Amino acid sequence: MVSTVLRNSQPIYLDYQATTPLDPRVLEAMMPYFTSKFGNPHSRSHSYGWESEEGVEKARAQVASLIGADEKEIIFTSGATESNNLAIKGVAEFYQGKRDHIVTAVTEHKCVLDTCRHLEQKGFKVTYLPVQQNGLIDLEQLRAAVTDKTSIVSIMAANNEIGVVQPLKEIGAICREKGAFFHTDAAQAVGKIEIDVNAMNIDLLSISGHKIYGPKGIGALFVRRRPRVRLVAQINGGGQERGMRSGTLAPALCVGLGEACAIAEKEMASEAVRLRGLRDRFLTAIRERLPEVYLNGDLENRIPGNLNISFAYVEGESLMMGIKRLAVSSGSACTSASLEPSYVLRALGVEEEMAHTSLRIGFGRFTTEEEVDTAVEEIVRHVTKLRDMSPLWEMAQSGVDLKSINWAAH
Amino acid sequence: MKSAPIYLDHNATAPMLAAARDAVIDAMARTGNPSSVHATGRAARHLVESAREQVARSVGAAAPEIVFTGSGTEANNFALRGVDGPVLISAVEHDSVAAARPDAIAIPVDGDGIVDLRALEALVAQHRPALVSVMLANNETGAIQPIDEVARIARRARALIHCDAVQAFGKIAVDVAALDVDLLSVSAHKIGGPQGVGALIARGNVALEPLLRGGGQEKRRRAGTENVAGIAGFGVAAAAVNDHLKMAEATRALRDGLEARIVAAMPGARIFAAGTRRLPNTTCVGMPGIGAETQLMAFDLAGIAVSAGAACSSGKVTASRVLRAMGASEEEARCAIRVSFGRGNSVSDVERFVAAWMALAMRRGSNGGATIRAA
Repeated sequence: MVSTVLRNSQPIYLDYQATTPLDPRVLEAMMPYFTSKFGNPHSRSHSYGWESEEGVEKARAQVASLIGADEKEIIFTSGATESNNLAIKGVAEFYQGKRDHIVTAVTEHKCVLDTCRHLEQKGFKVTYLPVQQNGLIDLEQLRAAVTDKTSIVSIMAANNEIGVVQPLKEIGAICREKGAFFHTDAAQAVGKIEIDVNAMNIDLLSISGHKIYGPKGIGALFVRRRPRVRLVAQINGGGQERGMRSGTLAPALCVGLGEACAIAEKEMASEAVRLRGLRDRFLTAIRERLPEVYLNGDLENRIPGNLNISFAYVEGESLMMGIKRLAVSSGSACTSASLEPSYVLRALGVEEEMAHTSLRIGFGRFTTEEEVDTAVEEIVRHVTKLRDMSPLWEMAQSGVDLKSINWAAH
Repeated sequence: MKSAPIYLDHNATAPMLAAARDAVIDAMARTGNPSSVHATGRAARHLVESAREQVARSVGAAAPEIVFTGSGTEANNFALRGVDGPVLISAVEHDSVAAARPDAIAIPVDGDGIVDLRALEALVAQHRPALVSVMLANNETGAIQPIDEVARIARRARALIHCDAVQAFGKIAVDVAALDVDLLSVSAHKIGGPQGVGALIARGNVALEPLLRGGGQEKRRRAGTENVAGIAGFGVAAAAVNDHLKMAEATRALRDGLEARIVAAMPGARIFAAGTRRLPNTTCVGMPGIGAETQLMAFDLAGIAVSAGAACSSGKVTASRVLRAMGASEEEARCAIRVSFGRGNSVSDVERFVAAWMALAMRRGSNGGATIRAA
């Protein structure tokens, strides 16, 4: 029943970095916690509480297993935004006075950047590392930035707009060597690529439920126990989650996240192959049929289900209006309502006009070849149509170098 | 023969309403990030905004005043930590208020757990607080605070007023205008909605420092992708609170019946906050001489789910901070349990509870020779 509902959604969903459909198997695992197993998992005096707690603890182990952690190192939160806030603010505040420096990158998710900006206002020093044209940070720049005053280095695992995967293991090694904690926002990476918190020396790692076919409203933060990472809780109260995050847990949501992680652990490898196939099918077809398309971000170091493409000489908004049948986005969901060009693309050195014409296309578990082909048709048709109407395209085609033109000021 | 278990711990969490559950599951089966501009995203946005209307209406607020959070605890933290300057809180607040601001100044309460308004006036004059936070109803005893009077005093000193209505919502009428508060916390799972959603109602869009920063959701007041399904379920549960309120008298009859029989059987038994207005579903009852832990075990064996105070992190039963603040001795506080009724409970549940209670009291004998009469 659920799968029919999922497949019936009329637009072709190609926005898997914004959110993913709930896997029907996940919903099935959650169902008992909506009905008979309704207890408060923190109720210690009766079986209603115990059976909810049992579900939560099984889920905790499933989450831990996916990233090679111990279950005692997993803190449930309301989502990756909360996890990122807790990791960065929590660690920065705990080591305040001893280590007042934070290192992050300019292409981080807004919730990391906003948190860092807030900490700057509170007197912390923040280094925002630039990225190279392929979206990856320069490890030598990182090494130079981290000092004995750095409490935390926060570098995302995979970028939400361009999908590039940072060299986690190398970053982890540098942080360990310098004695700074390494936090990674892995909302877009967990369940998509192999992550091992020990092999990669990751000290804190943020997970989102709804990016991995689990429910919205749940996430997790991995907090290393050896060597122990200490942090200041941001939500206080009943002392749940080892005092790091108070509030009644939602067993259904925890169980959903756990099941999503368990499925990802089992299927990640084969799914990656399939998604890379769909992605390449899409990219090859687009490149064959449209000139002047540019891929943003490194193709090799990238999660399998993401593309970010600029279509030169096309106005982004008009393209979005044209391809209404496709649910794609022109940047991250959080900022997609704004007309600002993506700060991520700008950080790669993509010019403003090109940043304006970019689409983020996300493939995922329920994407079919047929949908990919339809999407190619739609995009080719509309890009061609818009270019046909564009005087700039006409000029470029007749060999005029647009950059040489001195536009009259209005 | 083992009979079906009885759930008398609705203040810890309430089973989900069928309609709320349906709404959650229906929304779960749909994709879409409410911040995405495409049709799929807009459909998700619509679910969130309809729920916002429903929650707003249920407390007499306007939709833009609702900020969805991940829990009641988060809503309380948001309110308490969102303001600069001194904060006054009652001595019987939930941990999520008390721990959010360890520097808060406590307003003393009387023997029924009601804030001392005279003391409040003096504290307000002395500390010039930025915020006064008093809960609408206590989670352990059900005692209802005179929020309108608290508000009057706080307003005169130009302090903001926050009210933790997590436990009261759905059990008595809650109206932000009548209460005259600036900030009000509610939670979905206490009213038959899903766990993992709460809301802070910020009237007149009081400016608060956000707790979670990032994508600019909830008008930049609370970052993070919205828990669409949870919020949809919350909306449906909120729309049904008036139905809950219609059951209040029946619930009260169960609760009062239970108390009457226990007190008649054992005059030494103490009903906490009995001298004041309480939530109709809650009783906090002390069985002298028998620790709460022992009682809970006995009730669990009898298939009855009750608790000792709040359901939080610690499995240890310690003397309730709330009861101690009401002047109960350590010993009295250690011997109290909370019974909270809800949808689905009946007279036979009361019978079974009383029978189990009596059996335990008789088995253990009574404290200092208090008599146990046949019930």
